[in-house]
Amino acid sequence: MAFPGFLLLLFLSCSPPALSLYEDQVGLMDWHQQYIGKVKQAVFHTQKAGRKRVIVSTEENVIASLDLRRGEIFWRHVLGAYDAIDEIDIALGKYVITLSSEGSILRAWNLPDGQMVWESFLSGSRPSKSLLFIPTNLKVDKDNVIFVYGNGCLHAVSSIDGEVLWKELIAEGVEVQELVHPLGSDIIYAVGFDGSSQFVAYQINAKSGELLKHESATFPGGFAGKISSVSSNSFLVSDATHSVLVLISVKDGGISFQQTYISDLVPDFSGTAVVLPTKLTGIFALKITEFVTFVKVIDEGKLEVVDQVDNGAAVSDAVAFSEGQEAFAFIQHEENKIQLTVKHGLEWSSDLLKESIEMDCQRGLVHKVFINNYVRTDRTYGFRALIVMEDHSLLLVQQGVIVWSREDGLASVIDVTTSELPIEKQGVSVAKVEQNLFEWLKGHMLKLKGTLMLASPDEVAEIQRIRLQSSEKSKMTRDHNGFRKLLIVLTRAGKLFALHTGDGRVVWSLLLHTLRKTEQCNSPGGLKLYQWQVPHHHALDENPSVLVLGRCGHSLDANGVLSVVDTYTGKELSSVGASHSIVQVIPLPFTDSTEQRLHLLIDAEQHAHLIPRTREAVSIVQREFGNIYWYSVEADNGIIRGHVLKDDCDLEESDGYCFNTRGLWSIVFPSESEKIITTMRRKSNEVVHTQAKAMSEQDVMYKYVSKNLLFVANVAPKARGDIGLVTPEESWLVVYLIDTVSGRILHRMTHHGAQGPVHVVFSENWVVYHYFNLKAHRYEMSVIEIYDQSRADNKDVWKLVLGKHNLTSPISSYSRPEVITKSQTYFFTHTVKSIAVTSTAKGITSKQLLIGTIGDQVMALDKRFLDPRRTVNPTQAEKEEGIIPLTDSLPIMPQSYVTHTLKVEGLRGIVTSPAKLESTTLIFAYGVDLFFTRMAPSKTYDSLTEDFSYALLLLTIVVLLVAIVATWILSERKELQDKWG
Amino acid sequence: MRTTSPCSRVLTLLYLSLLLLSSSAFQSDELLAEDEEFGLEGGHRSPDLDLTASTRSVPPPQPTRPIRRGSSDPDSDSKIQFPLEHAFGDSEFSPAGTFTARLKTWSHGGQTLTKLRFSREAFTEREKENFKMLLKGDDFYKIRVPSNVLSPPGRDYIISSVKARCLPQDRLDEHFVIHMEGVNILAVNYGSPGACPYPRQLKLPAKWSFNSYTVLKNSEQAPRTPAFAEEILGGENGEGEAVMPPERSFWAKYWMYLIPLGLVVMNAVTQAMNMPEEQAAGQPGAQPQQTAAAALPRGQSATVRRR
Repeated sequence: MAFPGFLLLLFLSCSPPALSLYEDQVGLMDWHQQYIGKVKQAVFHTQKAGRKRVIVSTEENVIASLDLRRGEIFWRHVLGAYDAIDEIDIALGKYVITLSSEGSILRAWNLPDGQMVWESFLSGSRPSKSLLFIPTNLKVDKDNVIFVYGNGCLHAVSSIDGEVLWKELIAEGVEVQELVHPLGSDIIYAVGFDGSSQFVAYQINAKSGELLKHESATFPGGFAGKISSVSSNSFLVSDATHSVLVLISVKDGGISFQQTYISDLVPDFSGTAVVLPTKLTGIFALKITEFVTFVKVIDEGKLEVVDQVDNGAAVSDAVAFSEGQEAFAFIQHEENKIQLTVKHGLEWSSDLLKESIEMDCQRGLVHKVFINNYVRTDRTYGFRALIVMEDHSLLLVQQGVIVWSREDGLASVIDVTTSELPIEKQGVSVAKVEQNLFEWLKGHMLKLKGTLMLASPDEVAEIQRIRLQSSEKSKMTRDHNGFRKLLIVLTRAGKLFALHTGDGRVVWSLLLHTLRKTEQCNSPGGLKLYQWQVPHHHALDENPSVLVLGRCGHSLDANGVLSVVDTYTGKELSSVGASHSIVQVIPLPFTDSTEQRLHLLIDAEQHAHLIPRTREAVSIVQREFGNIYWYSVEADNGIIRGHVLKDDCDLEESDGYCFNTRGLWSIVFPSESEKIITTMRRKSNEVVHTQAKAMSEQDVMYKYVSKNLLFVANVAPKARGDIGLVTPEESWLVVYLIDTVSGRILHRMTHHGAQGPVHVVFSENWVVYHYFNLKAHRYEMSVIEIYDQSRADNKDVWKLVLGKHNLTSPISSYSRPEVITKSQTYFFTHTVKSIAVTSTAKGITSKQLLIGTIGDQVMALDKRFLDPRRTVNPTQAEKEEGIIPLTDSLPIMPQSYVTHTLKVEGLRGIVTSPAKLESTTLIFAYGVDLFFTRMAPSKTYDSLTEDFSYALLLLTIVVLLVAIVATWILSERKELQDKWG
Repeated sequence: MRTTSPCSRVLTLLYLSLLLLSSSAFQSDELLAEDEEFGLEGGHRSPDLDLTASTRSVPPPQPTRPIRRGSSDPDSDSKIQFPLEHAFGDSEFSPAGTFTARLKTWSHGGQTLTKLRFSREAFTEREKENFKMLLKGDDFYKIRVPSNVLSPPGRDYIISSVKARCLPQDRLDEHFVIHMEGVNILAVNYGSPGACPYPRQLKLPAKWSFNSYTVLKNSEQAPRTPAFAEEILGGENGEGEAVMPPERSFWAKYWMYLIPLGLVVMNAVTQAMNMPEEQAAGQPGAQPQQTAAAALPRGQSATVRRR
């Protein structure tokens, strides 16, 4: 027992300086923002509630309760990535009910605090649509019954405890579309399709689950789209050609169809019509390419057009107010304005509400609208609308103004890059300084009081406030230490945000028009950000800019789109709706005279297109023609290929910016034993301070630092699935280090019994990867370090003096590499979501791994723990070098959490960026939440800490000076006395 | 493991090639047993270098013919061969040589290649011209092998390229590292056996024949996670080692205490030395005089210097 104790002691003594914060340092250099994502569904809870709130479910699988007054989050739950929310509702007036995972999990959350009350797993026979239906006026022994259709079964669940009351299997092939409960009866209607042309209606006893009646009828034209109910016994659906509306009436006598040609309703109809679900009695909305048409169902199944509004309109569901009255809203776009119209369900001629609201055009179109009614002070009915915009932001509109807005697009960040801020301009006004001087003095007085422990609690709070809100950190100019930067963030909505690192505020945002849906570009999506222009010495007048890459569609051969955006102003400088696909973008290490970085775009036909399209760029590429290499990974095929440029394209639009390419090498992994799951290469902008690594006993090793190294992780094809599906014997992980210029495999290693997912980080000359060990039933982390042996004999000082070394000779990938690799493996407790590594300006500071854990936190782990030279009993020399005694698992220190007490919900990525100060690195973690902080992996050895007492230093100097003068005078006097004596 | 000097290897090789030259049809088990000396079992690079000098007169390779070994061996062997093809720049691939190897089928079902041999066909006149063009243009010389040796070409060919200027030394030196997984070839590292410094100089080989070195490589096993169970069980052993470090001299360990102690002692001694003197002086009033007297020589010397 003593031995582990000793080890632990040794550990503590060797462990790196703790990174933890003091309590009052929280928020000083970090910020945390909570988001929810694009709202899918919203349910208001305003009646008889002290706190007005709205419950929303989002596309990021978040269920949240928002304050209707301010838009703040009361509570929030992020369900897993595989637990998508289908529907939400409120039961019993106190439970939020969520149906998720395609109708198989039903949960109830307590409305005030979001605690989970119960959870039910609903099993079924086959995957199907999922529906949640909570009739408000159907009570069974004071219990609200919840009806759920999912996985081919209809369930009735008690809302008190989640117990399944009954379960009714729906016949194979039948897809239930709607559940209807006629007022005041105990019967539930389930209507749907059997196949494409048969309409089916079930009558089920709501209390016992007994199937009362089963009716079906065939419509020869076939159906398309969804059924929308017009009343409790009539439904509307369009036929298979989208040109005929079919009104279906279910009466005691059976099912009857009534057809109406859309061209009869809308004279100049062409194209297709879509029935929009409104849940409105007697009226439905019809979206025809250009217009939304509202059609009323008159008696005997006749249809009549009541209104037609412009395209771009969003229509809300109906909301019931006062007795049996219904209202619904729709929104029309005008120029930088939106018009909200609330209509009475029965009386079309008058508007209940008509408001015009100024709208930032960067928010794009209205995607969804939800309305809620309230009673005004004058006892009339008022309406508020919750609007979801194209950029995924959420707005609450009431009385013609935007009450609050949330930038929820930031919950779905795709890519992040950083940009410098402008340099501070000369000439600051004096008045400002004077005002600041007084503030400054006051602040310092307070701080002095604080340090002397004289401050009252109020003053302490004031000090904390001053510290947190220091205007210094949120300035829009560059600082000495390089802490202030802009984070350029691309979101899934196709919007670009610039966030200030000081306080996380949005400096500007831009909805990229290249990433908006158009005729040519059906489902555009942003992919990646590249640094386009990073101004340097001779191009400092230019603003920095970023290149945004997007693609029209999900397949690789869809056309690519590009935009260049100025990062100071947030304006789009240029955009290209590329005429070719973009499979790969290769940033070249060359820039033109305006510091624009050259990029090669590789299309699906393996042509390379050069941007920027200037003559200068072409001449640069021609000069370096033979030295441009790249590789492509065909993960599905298990092939990696290397390519070079060949000659100009022979396409018809050949313009000198297009090149043919040719293959140089290929690596074909055997498909029966290996499958590529991860590839990783070094960050192209990483700085390595020294190539040599000093070892103990005055030895030196040379790191194999190559920008052309690729790490590839392959698993057995069987072991691609989840952990636990394969035995350790049929699962393995093979890792490779490949030179991407020559296609040489420099290192190859097999981990038997290991399984993915593999998370990798590659920096300098080492790779760290995380995977699951099936034999040990634990996660493991392995490290590979690669060293260059061809330079190993440069140890002799005389050789260096006489210049007989090969340190300055260029390295060629065509030389036979003489490398050695060292590797070691350790157990690691956590499941990992993402791994990153700290990066600093000059690469001198030691590195730490940043591990995004399953608990959505970011943990820092010193790279020294992942040193393959660790041994159980390091020698004295090795200990002095900083080698930690070998342990079988990596330590997890509670103080090493970078996110301290916070959680970055739904963590997806960690981005590091160097500050100008060598010791410090900036960290940005994103998921549903955003978190930013800065950290110093080896402590801030190059600057004084924030709480350094300058006054004390000054005082000490003064005292010392006085002492020196005094002693000097005294000694002089003494000497004189002595002489006279 | 038999070890032979490189000299004797070359001799045997010469003998072998002579043998081949004289009687091309000769085939025997003896030869296979003999070539174990040059056999490549994969693994480490340096001892596995195989030197197979070949000229145009090498006989065309024999068609694949499995040769069964004696029944005493549970694992069966068969001979297998696969072609090497080359291309000059963007030209079509054409045959350039043949790899011959032994296919070993293990009792557990796995198959591996051992004893790889390579016979290179020398360049034809036309190929020489092509190669010269590559040298002039600093272009790529490409080779390819099938990705599956049993059913060539497998899923795709394994291609590898090198700048043609890297190959010519005295002759054309080439080096193959073939990465295998069972009967599949993953990759071929192809290039010059030594360095190919940049910028590459145009240099024609003195002799248009190949020096080929081939190495077979299989995957390495990853090091296991250190198992600490037994060490924790053998706690006494660990403790013994743990106690070991304070093997330093008394001085090395306690110097930080000893130096102040020494200073204190010295101070005390001087104090003690002064005490008797003071007592000898008797009166406390004499002390300033004494100090003045002590200071006097200093002042004197100063005056002396001033003169």
